[in-house]
Parts: sequence; C-alpha cells; structure tokens
Amino acid sequence: MTLLDVRNLRVAFRLDRQHSIEAVKGVSFSVPRNATVALVGESGSGKSVSSLAVMGLLDGAVVDGSIEFDGRELLALDSKQRRAICGKEIAMIFQEPMSSLNPVFTVGAQIAEVLVLHMKMSKAQARRRTLELLEEVGIPEPALKIDAYPGQLSGGQQQRVMIAMAIACEPKLLIADEPTTALDVTIQKQIMELIARLQKRHAMSVLFITHDLGLVAEIADQVVVMRHGEVREAGAAQQVLTEPADAYTRALLHCRPKLNERPHRLPVIADFLGDAPVIPAKAGIQGPQAWTHSLDRSGGPSGLRRNDGGGGGAPLLEVRNLRKVFTQRQGWFGKREFTAVQDVSFTLARGKTLGVVGESGSGKTTVGLTLLRLHQATSGSVLFDGRDLLTMPTREFQAYKRRIQIIFQNPYASLNPRFNVGDILLEPMRIHRIGAGDRERTAIALGLLDKVGLPASAFQRYPHEFSGGQRQRIAIARCLTLQPEILVCDESVSALDVSVQAQVLNLLQDLQDELGLSYIFISHDLSVVKYLADQVMVMQHGAVVELAGADALYRNPQQPYTRALLAAIPGSG
Amino acid sequence: MMAHGAWRRLRADRVAMVSLAVVMAFLLMVVLSASGLIVADWEDEVGVNYAPPSFVGGATVAAAPEAARQALPDNPFDPLADDLAQLRAQAGEGGTPGGAARRATLPFGGDKWGHDVIKKTIKGGETSIVIGLVAALLAVSLGTLFGALSGYWGGVVDDFFNWFYSIFTAIPSVLMILAVAAVLQQKGVLTIVLILGLTGWTGPYRLIRAEYLKHKAREYVLAADAIGASHWRKMFGHIFPNVSHVALVQMSILVVGFIKAEVILSFLGFGVPVGVVSWGSMLNEAQNELILGRWWQLTAAAVAMALLVTAFSLFTDALRDALDPKVKA
Repeated sequence: MTLLDVRNLRVAFRLDRQHSIEAVKGVSFSVPRNATVALVGESGSGKSVSSLAVMGLLDGAVVDGSIEFDGRELLALDSKQRRAICGKEIAMIFQEPMSSLNPVFTVGAQIAEVLVLHMKMSKAQARRRTLELLEEVGIPEPALKIDAYPGQLSGGQQQRVMIAMAIACEPKLLIADEPTTALDVTIQKQIMELIARLQKRHAMSVLFITHDLGLVAEIADQVVVMRHGEVREAGAAQQVLTEPADAYTRALLHCRPKLNERPHRLPVIADFLGDAPVIPAKAGIQGPQAWTHSLDRSGGPSGLRRNDGGGGGAPLLEVRNLRKVFTQRQGWFGKREFTAVQDVSFTLARGKTLGVVGESGSGKTTVGLTLLRLHQATSGSVLFDGRDLLTMPTREFQAYKRRIQIIFQNPYASLNPRFNVGDILLEPMRIHRIGAGDRERTAIALGLLDKVGLPASAFQRYPHEFSGGQRQRIAIARCLTLQPEILVCDESVSALDVSVQAQVLNLLQDLQDELGLSYIFISHDLSVVKYLADQVMVMQHGAVVELAGADALYRNPQQPYTRALLAAIPGSG
Repeated sequence: MMAHGAWRRLRADRVAMVSLAVVMAFLLMVVLSASGLIVADWEDEVGVNYAPPSFVGGATVAAAPEAARQALPDNPFDPLADDLAQLRAQAGEGGTPGGAARRATLPFGGDKWGHDVIKKTIKGGETSIVIGLVAALLAVSLGTLFGALSGYWGGVVDDFFNWFYSIFTAIPSVLMILAVAAVLQQKGVLTIVLILGLTGWTGPYRLIRAEYLKHKAREYVLAADAIGASHWRKMFGHIFPNVSHVALVQMSILVVGFIKAEVILSFLGFGVPVGVVSWGSMLNEAQNELILGRWWQLTAAAVAMALLVTAFSLFTDALRDALDPKVKA
C-alpha cells in the first residue's frame, strides 16, 4: 500500500533565458504506508531537490512528472490546495534547526502557530497540545521550555522542537532532510531513536534523506540510492546494504572509514566505477625512495597500515598544561569567564598523527588554534624543538609559522574569494621569501598543485570555480608551500562528501608518507580519526578524557565517555 | 593579479563601457578646460542679457531692451549728456563686448551677462567635478582607513574611533561645515574639498567598520594569519578586496551628494569665490531666472549633472560586479 508515489520526476532550474540545468532526471520511487524509506546520495545527487518537489517548495523550477500522494496528484493541485496538504499531511524537518526556527519567537508560539493554522485550535488548546508534543519529543521540563527562545536551547533540543512542530498535525508523511548532520554523534543517536519511535507510534511514513549510509541501516526499511539526479539502486535496506547490486552503492559503502578495519588506502568511487582516476599518477619531488609505498598501495584497498598505536619516535611538539579562558565583559566592571580548554598536555612525534576527538564545545578546535597562536593561550606551554611557542616574541614566532600550519574545516570559507589560486599559493612564499623570485615560486606552486592532484590550469582560476574537495586540496597545497613539519587539520574533511572525504584522507596519508609530516587531526568523527591517527585524545568540556594509542583506545576504551562516543557511531550496534 | 580578470569582465559589460566613456569624456573636458584649451573665453559677454537658445528664437525677448532705449526721447536739459556721450564714444573705441557685437541668440542661450551657457556649464563642471570626485575620494579613503582600523583592531582603537565618530555626527552637519570653514579661513576649491572630505567620512566609516568586524573572524583571515601575513596585509590585502563594493557604492553616493553640497556651501557664502563658476552657482542663479521664464541655465547644469551622476553610478555598479570573480562575464 503506497502513500507517496513519485513517477519519472524531472526538476530543472533556469540559469538564464536559454540555459537550464536538470537537477533531477526522471526519478521514480515510492514510500509505502507505515514504513521508512531512505533517500541516499552525495551532494548534487538531487535527493533534497526531489523532497522539496514533493513539498512544493521549489520556486522557479520546472517540475515535471507525477507525484501521487494518498491517491491525489500533487502536481495537478493549485498552490492553495497544495499548502493545505503541506504541513498538515506532509511535514518536513530540515538540516539546520538553528536556522529553521525563527529566533525572535518562543518555541511554544512557533509550534502553536501550526496547530492554530492547520488544526483550527484555540490558543489555550494549542498551548496544551504544544506541552504534550514537547513532552513526547523528549524535551526536559516542557513547562519551562515552552516559553524559551530557540537560542536558549541546545542544537539537539532545537531539532526536537522542529520534530514536534512537524508531527503536530499528525502528518501521514514526514520528510526528514539530513536531520542529524549538524548534530553531535551522541545527539544524533538520540534523534534517530526519537524519529524511529515516533514513526512506530503514529504509524506514519518517513522519507529520510541522508548522505550517510551508516545511518540508513539503523532506521530504513527501504533504500533508494541516488547519484547525479538519477536513481542508481532501490530495494529493501537489508539487501542494498549487504549485497549492493550497483557499483556506486558498493563504492559508497566502502569509502567510509570503518572502525573495525584499517586499510592503508581508502577505496574511492573511481575504484568501483572504473572512471578515470581523479588523482592522476604523479611523481614525488622528494626523490624516488619516498614513493615506494605507492607501488604496494596501488594494489588496492587490501594492504594494511604499518603504523599501530604508540607515540614512538622523537617528540616534535610537546604541549604542557595548555589552558584557554575566554572572558566576556558584562556591564562596566563585570566579567564572565568561560574555560574552553583546561590542562591539556600531549606530545606529538615526528611523522605521526595525533587524533583529537570530541563533540562540539569540547575545546578541540580551540586547542588547534592556540597552538598556532591564532588564539592567545591563557597559560601553559607549547614546546617546539625545545622552544616555547606561546611566549616567544611575535617576530620570532613568524619563523615558526613556516613549520606549523593549519587546514581549516570549511574550504568554502578558508580561501579568500577574491584571490585566484596562483595568488593563494604564491602569497605564503612571498611572505616568507621562499624561492628566488616569482618564477621559481610559480614553479613550486605548479609542482604542489600536481602533488595534490589538481591540473596546472587551476593556477589562474578562482576558488568558487572548484568543488569542496578540490578547494580543500588547494588549502592543503597552500600549507605545503611553506614545507611545514606539523599540520593541524581542524575538521578538515567534515564538510566533504563521503567519497571526496576518502580522496582527501588518502592524500593526507600519501603526504605524510612522503614528506614525514606530523598531523594533529581534529575531528568529531571517530571513524575518520581511527583511520588516520596513531594516537587519539578524547576531549570533553575542555579537558582530556582519555589519551591512548588508536587501536588500544578503540578496542578497549577505558573511560565511560569514550565508550558512549563509540557506541553512538551509526552501525556500531 | 586580479586586476586583469576584472578588466576583462568590465570590457564585456556594455553598460560599463558606455558609462565609462561618458565619465572619461567629462574628465577630459575638465582637463581641457583647466588647461585653458577650451572655453577659456567663457567670460566673454557674447550674447545679449538672457539671450535665449537659438532653437527657441528670441526676437521678442531680445527686442525689448532695444525698444526701450529707442522710446526714450532726448532730454535737452540733461546736465550729464555731454559726459555720457563722451563715455559712450570711449566704450565704442575700447571694443567692450557690448553694443552691436552682442548676438540676439546663443546655441543654448545666455545668462544674465550674456555668457554662453554651454561654455559656462563646461567651465562650471571643472569646479564641480573636481570637488565631487576629490572630496568623495578623500571622504571614502578616510572612512575606509578609520573603519578598517576600528573594525580590525577592536577594543581601545574601536572605542576611540567610535567616540570620534559620535562627536562628528552629534554636531549638526551645517554647523560642522561652518566650523571647518571658519578654521580653514579661505575660499577656494581646495577649501571646499577639505570641508566636505573631512566631514563626509562618517557614513563610509560606519559601514566599512561593520564589514571588517564581520570579515576579521572569517576563516580566510585566520588562514592568512597562519601563513604569517602582517596585520596591514590582512587588512588591505585580504579583507579590503572583499569589502571594496561598500566603498565603491559609498563613493558614488558621495560624489552626487558633494556636487549638491557645493551648491549649499556657495549659497551660504562658503563656496567657490565670486568669479569662479560651478554647477552649484549656476543652479543658484537659476532660481531667480526661472521666475522670468529663462529655463536654459538650469537645464544645462541639471542635464550635465544628471548625465555624469548616472554614468558614474552605473560605472561603479559595473565595477563592483567586475571585481567580484563569482559574477560570470
């Protein structure tokens, strides 16, 4: 018994008078009653556009095909009839609860609005029902929180409010568009459980849109895999996830680093689809011996990594009792202190990787920024070759900036949009007087572009002309122009698609093998950290919870918080 | 660097090129008139008083004073008759631009003294355009510099500039202008430029400061810090290209505003000295002329101003787009 039947859906966006771009190219899928269907794909696959087409939220797009909901053809309805269905019978929750809630109204008022509008309730009735709903979605002390503003709630609570709003009218279909992507892994687990519970209790259908196949296994009855606006594979969740028929699905399943295995090189989409390799074969500039690894690595994803736990080797960086306190002025004389990092100590060995894991607010990013003096540390010391980076004069630290570099989370924000790639790569060399002149610097920059797998033609182009993964490669190349010894990677792959993430992780691994770089790899994603790190440091509320060799930590976590984090990873059971 | 790409994008924009051509034509006019190659003779009283434009045909208007002179009968008892006759004869020999040499109509009319309005407009443009452009450039430069320092450094620096800004904006603008004028104690184009520039930076300052506050926390600035870029470089090499559109838009608004402000200053007696013509002083004269139905001086100055201002606004708009690499050519 199908509730939603999408047939041959086509969505095209007008670019200008002549040109249009087809985002969805003839997609068909159906959502049965009382079941959860997962729509899986990477960015640009058209999964979100398809769901927005169902909701009728695509302004100015050409929507073609058929969307049948509960026996009615949605595309044949006028906009008024369409609005009556949306919000009442089909409800949607979005990715960013922070931006989907109106910050100047209380959450109670926003939920009540839906009830008054669609259920024709009185104000008093609506308030009573709102309290019930907040209770149902697991908001603690609903009587207090009903009059709270969105800004006063945590991200997880905001998403719960969004869910309460969505189920307020007892919809038949709930569309959840990446509802947990912006949330921490432990919160994600709670929200997933909540959605599953609500689906059963209200006997609704859920269309769950995600890029993460790991999540799908926990919730979906059926899976639809999309790529480039087309359906690659559809079927029962069990069958798609265990015996995928399509090469792309297989690739997606394998690209993601897993907790229980640690290949030397992550497989990428190209390995499965037989596309042209995205990273062209390249020769190292450091000499032939550096690339001996690449020979056995090209054999495929079977080779195991040689590094295992331990922080052996000479310590390059030694951090002692690092502490960072942010002070906020309150009134004229008042001050409020917030301790972002307290008493963090660790050592980093040459050529090794330290993974730093924690949820948002754990202080992991602050640690990274403090090491580079992008934030001023409150106390503690960072010894680099025996010299304290934190207390040396700015002039002296300038020389050390060459040796310790950072790659930021968001490649869309960390490259100056007004500089072309050439300027971006030449600038650090000009500042530090690397190379004899611009000619030599250009030669170095072109060599690095090649090393990170970008064509030489990229030199003249601007950051916005590149995809996220390519931009992150540019950011990596910018760091490499200075030939650093330590690279701080601050959530450097978090904003990337799974398949692109695999490529960038492989690149980072190759560069470490070749150039002997040390990484401080900061991430909220435990499986990514597990893939790259030799040692792992778990942080919570600004303090170190556990610091151990990667394999030991994952196999045998000592602290309850570490165990909770590991248990929250989708697919970990 | 990026200048090459920006020029290429600007070249592709037809509106930009037309407006640029218009602005360049005005600037060329300024240079030529300032160097005395054209309209050096604008002060010659070539036409009769308030000579109408040729295309209107001005027989009736021009004939009136002649008729009045004819109608006056000779007064045999006039004690000054001999002296006047002598003076008239001298004037005729000296070749003053009076009498028969004056034309009844001029291509676009004449003003009170019979100056050619077209030449007067070109000469007036010299003053107005220089004042508008230079003063706006000064104001935007000051505003950008203060705003950048204030937004980038924050803290005490920001407090200081905000305090400075508050004082400047707390004083009524006309009073402020009079105060600066009183301090400078001179009349002339440079004075007006300084007055307008030193009082006009507050608007750009506020906007640029806000942009710097927003941008200094962006990751690309942190990244520039990480590679060791100096503060100066971060402020003007990295952040400024990303906020330049604000300065450009402010610039085009201020140019228009300052050309008009010069009118007010002239009216208050703090403007250009007597004998120097500007679009502002022309508009000022036009107030009285309009009552008499002599519309041409007003029209000439207004059309010239509108043309320049429109072209300039369109050009800055196009320049803003061209400087943004995301906008496709």
